[in-house]
Amino acid sequence: MNHFGSVVAAYMFIWGILMVYQFSVSRRVSNLRQEVERLKETLERGKRN
Amino acid sequence: MSVENKSSAALQALASILVSAMIGIAIYGAFIWAPNEKTMGFLQRIFYFHAASGQVMILAFSIVFIGNVCYLLRRKPEWDWLATSAVEVGLVFNTISLVTGPIWAKPAWGIWWDWDARLTSTFVLWILYIAYLLLRRLIENPERRAVVSSVFGVFAFLDVPLVYFSIWWWRTQHPPPLIFKPGGLSPEMLKVFMFTMASLSALMVIMIWQRYKLESLRHTVEELKIEAEYRNDGGAR
Repeated sequence: MNHFGSVVAAYMFIWGILMVYQFSVSRRVSNLRQEVERLKETLERGKRN
Repeated sequence: MSVENKSSAALQALASILVSAMIGIAIYGAFIWAPNEKTMGFLQRIFYFHAASGQVMILAFSIVFIGNVCYLLRRKPEWDWLATSAVEVGLVFNTISLVTGPIWAKPAWGIWWDWDARLTSTFVLWILYIAYLLLRRLIENPERRAVVSSVFGVFAFLDVPLVYFSIWWWRTQHPPPLIFKPGGLSPEMLKVFMFTMASLSALMVIMIWQRYKLESLRHTVEELKIEAEYRNDGGAR
């Protein structure tokens, strides 16, 4: 038995899901960081006014 | 970026490089260093990452359980953040084991899936923790959300021992563990498997760490929003 295709498919799935998840976490972190900055700026502006 | 944040980012980058190197070595071991298995041949190389993912999944869900129990006992939000982070990461490894299993099973058993105790309980585990995440989306109040999901998480964890011991308790299509049995894995295969497990466990720790940061940022956003609302109310008065 060789089944090279099955092994490649399994490993492609593993790296695929890990990369998609990693990308999703990075994107969510970056969005939240932007929101934190925006809220801090709004609060700062409120203080000055 | 503060000094603390900078050192944390540097530490995370260093840990990521180390884990990437470990995974590179594990892939080399699984594809090149480990000998071909006699009956299944090249196909058996799926085993190293498939079985290791299953073990790491159990480890991640055990962290969820610890987080849930500690939250219910101490009511500190950090335990809830840890539990939620570990749920997502555990689900990633749960999905890997659920998908790579059938890819291996079809050529090995002639069927993609069998509703035996091991496969069914693993699938139920996946549904339970998806439900855990969905449940959190339904509750807006952070404290109530943490309590309800912690209670749900404690009950969901009851399936974990079922998954682990199912191959001993019932006759299953899924093979029993051959890892430490005489005539099971050759010493080279065992070394590769143990190293792959260590690499994926280290990867799981980094993934939970990153996801925990996200949860902490979400908390910061919620606090800033409350502060902004409070100031707006004060301004109106």
